[in-house]
Amino acid sequence: MVSAAEGSNILEVRDLQAYFPITAGLWRRVVGQVRAVDGVSFDLKEGETLGLVGESGCGKTTTGRAIIRAVEPTGGEVFYRMRDDTLIEATAADGRTMQTLRQQIQIIFQDPFASLNPRMTIYDIVADPLRVNSLASGGELEDRVSEMLQMVGMSPAFMRRYPHAFSGGQRQRIGIARSLVMNPRLVIADEPVSALDVSVQAQILNLMQDLQQDLGLTYLFISHDLSVVQYISHRVAVMYVGKIVELAPTHELFTRPMHPYTQALLSSVPAPNPRVKSLGQSLEGEVADPANPPAGCYFHPRCPFVQDVCRETEPEFREIAPSHFARCHFAEDLDLPGVPA
Amino acid sequence: MQTMPLLEVRDLKTHFFLDEGTVRAVDGVSFDIRSGVVLGVVGESGCGKSVLARSIMRIVRPPGRTIEGRITYDRGMRRGAAGDFVDLAQMPIDGSEIRDIRGSEITMIFQEPMVSFSPVHTIGFQIIEGILQHETDISKDEARNRAVEILRRVGIPNPESRIDQYPFSLSGGMRQRCMIAMALASDPNLLIADEPTTALDVTTQAQILELMAELQREFGMAMMLITHNLGVVAQMAEEVIVMYLGKIVEWTDIDTLFDDPKHPYTAELLKSIPRLRREGQAERLTAIAGSVPSPYVRPSGCPFHPRCPQAVAGLCDVREPELVQVGERHVVSCLLYSDGASNGAAEMETE
Ligand SMILES: Nc1ncnc2c1ncn2[C@@H]1O[C@H](COP(=O)(O)OP(=O)(O)OP(=O)(O)O)[C@@H](O)[C@H]1O
Ligand SMILES: Nc1ncnc2c1ncn2[C@@H]1O[C@H](COP(=O)(O)OP(=O)(O)OP(=O)(O)O)[C@@H](O)[C@H]1O
Ligand code: SF4
Ligand SMILES: [Mg+2]
Ligand SMILES: [Mg+2]
Repeated sequence: MVSAAEGSNILEVRDLQAYFPITAGLWRRVVGQVRAVDGVSFDLKEGETLGLVGESGCGKTTTGRAIIRAVEPTGGEVFYRMRDDTLIEATAADGRTMQTLRQQIQIIFQDPFASLNPRMTIYDIVADPLRVNSLASGGELEDRVSEMLQMVGMSPAFMRRYPHAFSGGQRQRIGIARSLVMNPRLVIADEPVSALDVSVQAQILNLMQDLQQDLGLTYLFISHDLSVVQYISHRVAVMYVGKIVELAPTHELFTRPMHPYTQALLSSVPAPNPRVKSLGQSLEGEVADPANPPAGCYFHPRCPFVQDVCRETEPEFREIAPSHFARCHFAEDLDLPGVPA
Repeated sequence: MQTMPLLEVRDLKTHFFLDEGTVRAVDGVSFDIRSGVVLGVVGESGCGKSVLARSIMRIVRPPGRTIEGRITYDRGMRRGAAGDFVDLAQMPIDGSEIRDIRGSEITMIFQEPMVSFSPVHTIGFQIIEGILQHETDISKDEARNRAVEILRRVGIPNPESRIDQYPFSLSGGMRQRCMIAMALASDPNLLIADEPTTALDVTTQAQILELMAELQREFGMAMMLITHNLGVVAQMAEEVIVMYLGKIVEWTDIDTLFDDPKHPYTAELLKSIPRLRREGQAERLTAIAGSVPSPYVRPSGCPFHPRCPQAVAGLCDVREPELVQVGERHVVSCLLYSDGASNGAAEMETE
C-alpha cells in the first residue's frame, strides 16, 4: 500500500503481528495463541489523523502498544521517519534508539483517573518526563510546565494540586499536557474521550484539533465510537479480530464502505434522531474469538453476503479504489449504502 | 383513554449522608410513567439516574435514604382493574409488600449483568428461584420449562442446555440476554433498565436494543430506560426526562426533545454530540463550557447556571427554578420560562 504522498510518511507499519500465548497447567505449557494483532499494515502521513475503530478486543490497543514496542511484536515491521528524514526500523532498534523514539511517540490513555499518579502534584506529573530524561530543570522546567498547562486550557495556578481535585475532563487535559511536554511528533491517543461525559468530550476533541494545527502533530486516534472517529479523522481504519478490514479517507469510508463489517458498524449506531429509525438491521452472532478465528474470512459467520469462497479462502487486503483498501472477496461488487440517510 | 399513570413520582428526594457532606443525589424529582410507555432518563455521570431507579425499587441503603416525596404505584393495573394505589416511598425497605412488588411487578436490569447474577449458581437456578419466589402455585418443573421458554425468547441458542451454565461462561451479550430473561420471567408492569447496553459493543448493543424494543411491545410493560446515550434514547423512548445534578431539567416527548429543546442544558448537549453524517462532520463541535460540578459543592440558584450560555446574572445564580409547563407535554426547569410559573408536573398529569 504505497501511496502518492509516500515521502511524507512519518510511520509505516507492515504486516504487524502481536500474539499472546495462552498457557495451561502447572508448567504453563503454551496451548494456543491469541492473535491480538494479526498482520496489520498502514501508513501515517505527517500531520494527519488516522482513526482506528473496531469492537472490544479487536486489537486496537495492542496495535498502538506494539508500535512503540510496549508489547513486543511477534512479527512484521514498523518504520519511523525521524525529523532529519532518517528512517528507523523500530522493530529492530536497540534500547537507546527506542528511548529517543518513545520521546517522539507519545500515548494518551483512555482513563484519566487511572493514568495519573494520585500522589504526585500536577506540576510533578507534567514535569516528570522532562526530569527523567534530564531535559530541563529549575526555572526552565517550571516555565515549560506552565506553558504546557496553558496550552491545554488549564491555569498554571493549579500546579501544586493533586489529581483528585480535578474533574475527568480536566484530568484528561493534564494527561495531554504530560504527553506533549516532550514535544512529540506522533501521538497515539487510545480512547482519549471514552471515559468522559458527553458535555466534556467536545472540549477535548476541539483541544486535540487545535493542538494538531498549532504543533503539526500526527495522531493515531483509537476509538470504538464511530461518530467521534468520523469527526476527528482524515482517514479511518476498521479492525476486526486482529486485522484491518477496511482503510479509506473518512468521507469515502462513511459514504461508500466496501466491507460488510464496516457497513454493519455504521448501521448499528443508534441515530440521535427519533425520526430516523436506525434499529432493526443488526448483525447476527458475536465477534469471533482471536484465539480461535474462523477459517477463510474472519467475518464470514456473520456476513450477510457470505459465499462458499469466504468460508475457505482468506481475502487479501486490496486497494479497490484509489487509497481505498478492503479485505473482502466481493468488495467491488457489493453496493453498500454507508451511513443511513 | 389515558387514565392515571402507572407510577407517579412527586418531589422525591434521596440523599446520601457522608462525612464529607450531604450528596443530594435525587433532589426533588417529579414525573410520571404511563402504562406501556418507554420513558427514557438521560443525563451525565453522577446526575442521579441510578439513585432515582434504586429509590423507586426501594433498594437504597444507608448512608443513603429517601427523605421526602411519594412514589404512587398502581398495583391494580396487574389485575386489569386500575386504581389500587400504594405509595412505595412509605414502605419499609425490607417489608413484605415491597418485596412482593420488587422482582415481580417492578423488575430491574443493570449495566453489568454480574450485579444481578450470583457467580456460584447456574443461570437457570437463578431464573427459576425468581419465578418460584413470587408464584407459590407452580411446580419446579413448570418453572424450569418457563425459564427455558423465556431464554429461548431472548435469543439464547439451545436454552435446554444453556440453562445449566454459569454466568461467567457466557459472553457479555449472552449474559445481558439472560438478565433480560430473568427480569421478564414474572411478566412485570414496569421494567427499569439502567444502562443495559452501555458495556456492550455497538453491534451487540444494536441486537439487545432490538430485542428489548420487541419484548416491550410484546409484553406491553412500561419501561424506564436509563442511558447517557442520546442515540439510544432517540431510538427507544416515547418520552424523556433529562436530569442534571439530581433534578429534572426537562420532561417531554421524544420528538419535542430533539426538535425543540427548551432547557439550555438540553439544547447545548444536543449540539455538542458528534453524529454520523453522510455530508461529513461539522468543522467544529459546540462544546459546553466547564464541567459537571462536584456533588458536594452544588451551585446556588439554578444548578446549571455556571455553565449556561443564557444565564442571567442576579437571577439564575440566586433563584432556584421550578418545573414550568411550556407545551402540551413539555415541562422545563429554567428561569427563562418562569413567568407566571405554575406546577408543570401537576398540569401534565391531567392531560
Ligand atoms: N497482555 C495480554 N495478554 C493476553 N491477551 C491479551 C493481552 N492484552 C490483550 N490481549 C488480548 O488481545 C486481544 C486484543 O486486545 P486489545 O486490548 O488490543 O483490544 P482493543 O481493541 O483495544 O479492545 P478494547 O476496545 O476493549 O480496548 C483481546 O482478545 C485481548 O484479550
Ligand atoms: N452508595 C453511595 N454512597 C455515596 N454517594 C453515592 C452513592 N451512590 C450514589 N452516590 C452519589 O449520588 C450521586 C448520583 O449517583 P448516580 O449513581 O445516581 O449517578 P448516575 O446518574 O447513575 O451516574 P452514571 O451515569 O455514572 O451511572 C453521585 O454524586 C454519586 O456519587
Ligand atoms: S469475504 Fe465474504 S464473508 Fe468476508 S466480508 Fe466479504 S462477503 Fe463477507
Ligand atoms: Mg483498547
Ligand atoms: Mg448510573
